[in-house]
Amino acid sequence: MEAYFIAIGIIALIYVILSLGLTLQYGLTGLINFGHVGFFAIGAYTSALLALKGVPLVLSFAAAAALAGLAAWPIGLVSLRLRDDYFAIVTLGFSEVVRIVITSERWLTNGVQGVPGIPRLYDSLGGSVAQLAVLVTVLAVTLVGVWIIRRIAGSPFGRLIEAIRDNEEAVQALGKDPARFKIQVLVVGAALAGIAGAFYAHYITYIVPDQFIPLVTFYVWMAIIMGGVGRVSGAIVGTAILMLFLEGSRFLRDIVPGVSEVDMASVRIGAVGLLLVLFIMYRPQGLMGDYTKR
Amino acid sequence: MSLEIHDISKAFGGFRALDGVRLTIETGSLFGIIGPNGAGKSTLFSVVSGFARADEGQIRLDGQSLDSLSPPARARAGMVRTFQVPREFRHLTVRENLMAAAPKQTGESLLGLFFRPGRVREEEGAIAERVNQTIRFLRLSAVADQPSGKLSGGQKKLLELGRALMVEPRLILLDEPFAGVNPVLIGEIMERIIELNMRGIGFVIIEHDLEALTRLVPQLAVMDRGKVLAQGAPQAVLDDPLVREAYLGGVS
Repeated sequence: MEAYFIAIGIIALIYVILSLGLTLQYGLTGLINFGHVGFFAIGAYTSALLALKGVPLVLSFAAAAALAGLAAWPIGLVSLRLRDDYFAIVTLGFSEVVRIVITSERWLTNGVQGVPGIPRLYDSLGGSVAQLAVLVTVLAVTLVGVWIIRRIAGSPFGRLIEAIRDNEEAVQALGKDPARFKIQVLVVGAALAGIAGAFYAHYITYIVPDQFIPLVTFYVWMAIIMGGVGRVSGAIVGTAILMLFLEGSRFLRDIVPGVSEVDMASVRIGAVGLLLVLFIMYRPQGLMGDYTKR
Repeated sequence: MSLEIHDISKAFGGFRALDGVRLTIETGSLFGIIGPNGAGKSTLFSVVSGFARADEGQIRLDGQSLDSLSPPARARAGMVRTFQVPREFRHLTVRENLMAAAPKQTGESLLGLFFRPGRVREEEGAIAERVNQTIRFLRLSAVADQPSGKLSGGQKKLLELGRALMVEPRLILLDEPFAGVNPVLIGEIMERIIELNMRGIGFVIIEHDLEALTRLVPQLAVMDRGKVLAQGAPQAVLDDPLVREAYLGGVS
């Protein structure tokens, strides 16, 4: 049971790191990124493949963050020309392109068969101690991420990206170039997603393209909407609610008789969807309140 | 020292919104532009501030060509515009709106933010002081810490003026500063404009309210159908037969 909670904790924290990136991009800057999972995938594959080639994990993690961040650069350039909904479509397309490239480039990624045997973090410690060490490490990285996002949000940079979210042309009229800020925001958010991806790969130890479908992006969106858009506490609380439902519904099978594992998977997604609908109807500002209610 | 608008034309499809507009405006002056709806006044502002591209013509500010500059670069060159419908950063407070407008902030770069925190703090202090002065000058103290989205129309116009001032421009382009503003506030805004002009800041003001504008500016131009019909002192311009025909519908 303890091992189970540690496992849930690790996955939840990986999702928190993902939602921190989206909080910066959407909550503060207003960029509708529907392709978050693409950067997550780039991070996962980068670190996994490098680690299997014998690169030390510290460097493979750094490379995951760097490459995911770098991939956001062209997306940032596109965002200079596109507004809200078009940008959303481009990013969604981007993440699907990433997934299809991973699926097709078998020489690099082993295609649909995926990459097995990815080295674990702290493997030499063995068993539950290693698990606990991973949890502590992910927690530490999450806290650094929280510190960075809070620092940005409370700064002149944060003030300006919120101004961009509220009215981009007015920012231009005041002599500031929104593009520069949007690119930086995308790169930082993507780098966070890349690190989350690396943790995921080294924790699960086996990655396949099907783990990187748009549903992952939308789970992160659900988390920040339920928690409260534009708030760091919202990202954390929202992820907690999401995990509670995704994992909690597992236990439902033990209570409700005659439900198979397959049925349960569908019920789980349905339950999360219903929760999201209820939130939008009765608490659109999320549990912690969003940026409009300051 | 002047803003030179030289033979600017701009068409949307077959409609010529601006048709060879030529104006020379002293940078330190108060200059008005009037004209009926669809005369091309706002389009002219968009082209001058770089938000729309002219099909033909050149624009110079104090001798410097603006033609290849982006809107932010034109603002940095010393010419800031406001918008007909106020574009406040509605989830930010009045104070935050003004602080965001201050130029050249170290804390607006991520490197500066994380590696020069001392300098960022110092600058924030200086900006906050300037913002306080601006808030007092514009008589916005009572609403300084309210979200700007909740302000009245006139207060939003004042806030936009304040934001423009934070950029420290030589010339401010005001797009209908009195539209939808109550008469008491109109008087206030006018007083502020006159005070600022005495400090050397120039204004180009688009306005529907003919009476308000003629009280404020010593020089104005009348536009109609994308052309400048006449230019000069308000009374002389208003007596021009072409203007009476276009703007006042020929009523004598």
